[in-house]
Amino acid sequence: MNNSVGNTGRVLWAGLRALLVLTVITGVLYPLAVTGIAQLAFPSKANGSETKDGSGKVVGSELIGQTYDLPLKGSEKTAAPDLKWFQPRPSNGLGGNGVNTRYKLILSGATNRSGDNEDLIKWVTDAKAAVVKDNSVNGYTVKPSDVPADAVTSSGSGLDPHISPEYAKLQVHRVAEKNGLDAEQVEKLVADHTDDRILGFIGEPRVNVLQLNIALKNLVAAKG
Amino acid sequence: MSPVLAGVLQLLALLVALGLSYRPLGDHMAKVYSSEKYYKPEKWIYKAIGANPNVGMRWPAYLRGVLAFSAVSVLFLYLLQRVQGSLPGSLGFVSIDPDQAFNTAASFVANTNWQSYYGEQAMGHVVQTGGLAVQNFVSAAVGMAVAVALVRGFASSRSGELGNFWADLVRGTVRILLPISVVGALVLVACGAIQNFSGIHEVGQFTGGSQQWNGGAVASQEVIKELGTNGGGYFNANSAHPFENPNGLSNLFEVYLILIIPFALTRTFGRMVGSLKQGYAILGTMAVIWLGFTALMMWTEFAGRGPAFELAGGAMEGKETRFGIGASAIFSVATTLTSTGAVNSFHSSNTGFGGGINLLGMQLGEIAPGGVGSGLYGMLIMAVIAVFLAGLMVGRTPEYLGKKIGTREIKFTALYILITPALVLCFTAASFVLDTPVNSMTNSGAHGFSEILYAYTSGANNNGSAFAGLNADTQWFNSTIGIAMLLGRFLPMVFVLALAGSLAEQAPVPETAGTLRTEKPLFTGLLVGSIMIITGLTYFPALALGPLAEGLAA
Repeated sequence: MNNSVGNTGRVLWAGLRALLVLTVITGVLYPLAVTGIAQLAFPSKANGSETKDGSGKVVGSELIGQTYDLPLKGSEKTAAPDLKWFQPRPSNGLGGNGVNTRYKLILSGATNRSGDNEDLIKWVTDAKAAVVKDNSVNGYTVKPSDVPADAVTSSGSGLDPHISPEYAKLQVHRVAEKNGLDAEQVEKLVADHTDDRILGFIGEPRVNVLQLNIALKNLVAAKG
Repeated sequence: MSPVLAGVLQLLALLVALGLSYRPLGDHMAKVYSSEKYYKPEKWIYKAIGANPNVGMRWPAYLRGVLAFSAVSVLFLYLLQRVQGSLPGSLGFVSIDPDQAFNTAASFVANTNWQSYYGEQAMGHVVQTGGLAVQNFVSAAVGMAVAVALVRGFASSRSGELGNFWADLVRGTVRILLPISVVGALVLVACGAIQNFSGIHEVGQFTGGSQQWNGGAVASQEVIKELGTNGGGYFNANSAHPFENPNGLSNLFEVYLILIIPFALTRTFGRMVGSLKQGYAILGTMAVIWLGFTALMMWTEFAGRGPAFELAGGAMEGKETRFGIGASAIFSVATTLTSTGAVNSFHSSNTGFGGGINLLGMQLGEIAPGGVGSGLYGMLIMAVIAVFLAGLMVGRTPEYLGKKIGTREIKFTALYILITPALVLCFTAASFVLDTPVNSMTNSGAHGFSEILYAYTSGANNNGSAFAGLNADTQWFNSTIGIAMLLGRFLPMVFVLALAGSLAEQAPVPETAGTLRTEKPLFTGLLVGSIMIITGLTYFPALALGPLAEGLAA
């Protein structure tokens, strides 16, 4: 009995020492080494791919989506979208837990709603109606069947920096009108900011909303 | 190019990449675990541990090492979270509550990485990098050690010895996991994953104002999270978060990291038992199931059945634009057929059948190709079952790899395959009998049932992914899932090592005309069938109530 207690103690002691040694290697030396190399070799990426606007001010990360809303008015709980800018995907994540953080980095997450969930059906229906209404401008009508899936669904992270090229094209006429630009100019802007699949087959075609809006702002500024 | 074709091409690219690394990595691992030479720094490590790496252990001693190391790890990680509030480098986060700290400690030590906390709102640098990420390495190394011990049980003759646990733990960590992680982390940073130690800081926004950013050693943790089939995200959104998984290339690379070791271990196995063909038969079984599941997942997700998805025009809910449906389907199968549980899209918003494929993948015991180490030993257990069934059919004592599968061996094997279903089904049933657990569900009906079934399936099988609508941060779920994770990890290991010990004591029997040829495609077919029938049937009633009901209604 004593022998077995002593034995158990010895093994536990060896286990603790092993854990401490391996913690130093994999929990201290390894991350520090990787951080050191990463900061030297890829400083911008390692620090979050900060993106600057035309005036050189940091306006976020090219990897993290943002909202482009009007200031909150009076009793509003959620701000209305500023239709002058290209709009990102909806972000209804974590709403069920009472903290809908909409494109705030402090908490990422998805809605986790299933395909037959009543909330999700309502969100999609409402989003679709809003996309059709907002984007149907003088001489240009959006049909519900034109609206791509990403325009009415929330992403996995709630921080999706991209929209599909289809959703970007659908917003062109509205954005052109609100900014007093020609539709062709804005169309070209979208085409210039559409990224194809990496190597032609990896991932999906996409448009980075922040970079597109920065370019749009520059275009408007150059014109005005 | 259509999204479907792009998805198929990505799968093919993955196959080629895995094929290219199969031989070098498999052979390297066989060499690592067979070598008796130690580098100077390794000798210092053994000195610090106070263990002689060349002393062979019989199974009880090997098991004591596994359990002692893991017990100490749970306690250490628990205490680290409990004192987080007083540690420097914690970004101002407070100490974690006891039930959640227990759940998280159990989760990371059991290679599960179930997370009932929000990473970016709860864990500072010290706990993430010095606690959680460390377990990503060592829990994976423990899994590989146990698998190698079982392989040695088949390979050795009458010695009864399974190798030295401390040597396997250390070698697996420093000679296999660490070098790949260093390279892989830099690849991820090059793609855009962050790697810094800055605190929470404000960054300007386009329309004015600013938002809060969390810094962190993300890439270095991301790579081992996939490579060690752990899955615990630095951020709540896991690999859907752009800072963890910035683009399509990093995404494919992460899937590759998830799969390389589990697949390559079949070559290590073949090498160590002296017949590469035996390894190929196991590899074939894993590959057939993995490819079949991936094809099914792509089919159901591209079809996008379900009221909300049909309304939206595609199942993009919970999926990122840069990955789309194809790459999300590939990732979600890889993560649930291994013990990873990282997600790049949220499984709760998969189609009904898609969620069912995730569930079934875990319920098969995560053996195709499975977690690092646990996939191989899980699959070898099923192989023993398959030869046993074949033996029953012809009325002959079964053999596998020259070892007789007698009463003792089959008892350990049977106990192994009963543990996880018992944990999953009993805890799920208990949750529905009690009053409060069901309040945690976000969705109702069949999908609500799936949320809880998924939670225990994921916990007991050490996966860690979730139908995350379930609010699992309650005392009931933190405690019971914590228990399911620990029992689901360590009880099977007990039986694997007992089986290994029993096999190691046997002298090999010579092959005769009546021996089942386990290196032939016929055996691969038998093995796939046994897996589907044995595990599939165990869970079929539960699956019928959840994902099947949801999928058929859509």
